[in-house]
Amino acid sequence: MDRVSIQAADFNLADEIGALRADDRRVGAVCSFVGTVRQGYEGNNGPPVLEMELEHYPGMTEKSIEAMIDEARRRFDIYAARVIHRIGVLQPGEQIVMVAVTSAHRGQSFQACEFLMDYLKTQAPFWKKERTPQGAQWVDARVSDDAALAKWGIEKRNT
Amino acid sequence: MKLTVKYFASVREAIGRPGEQLDSSAATVAALRAELIARGGAYAEILAPGKTVRVAIDQVMSDESAALADGCEVAFFPPVTGG
Repeated sequence: MDRVSIQAADFNLADEIGALRADDRRVGAVCSFVGTVRQGYEGNNGPPVLEMELEHYPGMTEKSIEAMIDEARRRFDIYAARVIHRIGVLQPGEQIVMVAVTSAHRGQSFQACEFLMDYLKTQAPFWKKERTPQGAQWVDARVSDDAALAKWGIEKRNT
Repeated sequence: MKLTVKYFASVREAIGRPGEQLDSSAATVAALRAELIARGGAYAEILAPGKTVRVAIDQVMSDESAALADGCEVAFFPPVTGG
């Protein structure tokens, strides 16, 4: 099974987890994260988001996330990982991204799941543009996302 | 040397195209960025020294000091915002 998918289509978390742990009886823990499109910009205090468009760098996106999964496997005792990221136009409430990880015990998959999301947020080449009643604008990167990656000992600045 | 340059997101929109092939003598990313800025107009504005612009060489995140080689694919883009 592919570890990384960049796709316009939606995904089904239960199906993905089922495939990820199928026939692997070593698995005792599955941890997953799903990111969705928020309706409100700026911590739900700004203008409503009518839709969001996701652009990426085909080729680099896949390679960079594959490298992140390799790094997660070096750092944590995990069995399998799967990342799906959607591109194109999405509506508020829709799923954007999914990370799922399997391991023998919960600690390693919890950590690997968070590590992968922290890494992806600041190092995978995606860009979000939001359309609001006031017009379209590119989403600003957050300094707090750099801090999230730094807590894993990785000093790579995005902002 | 021949380079393939790509632009994404706000950089692509400002410059008005997704990329170009160019002949350059720039030894580093910083030198290439300076060459592009010297064209003036949208290039000078969006790639201005004060702007946070990220760069990838051959589809790997890199930085301004990185060396360029013939046939490289160099991409300029704003901070990433996926996830």
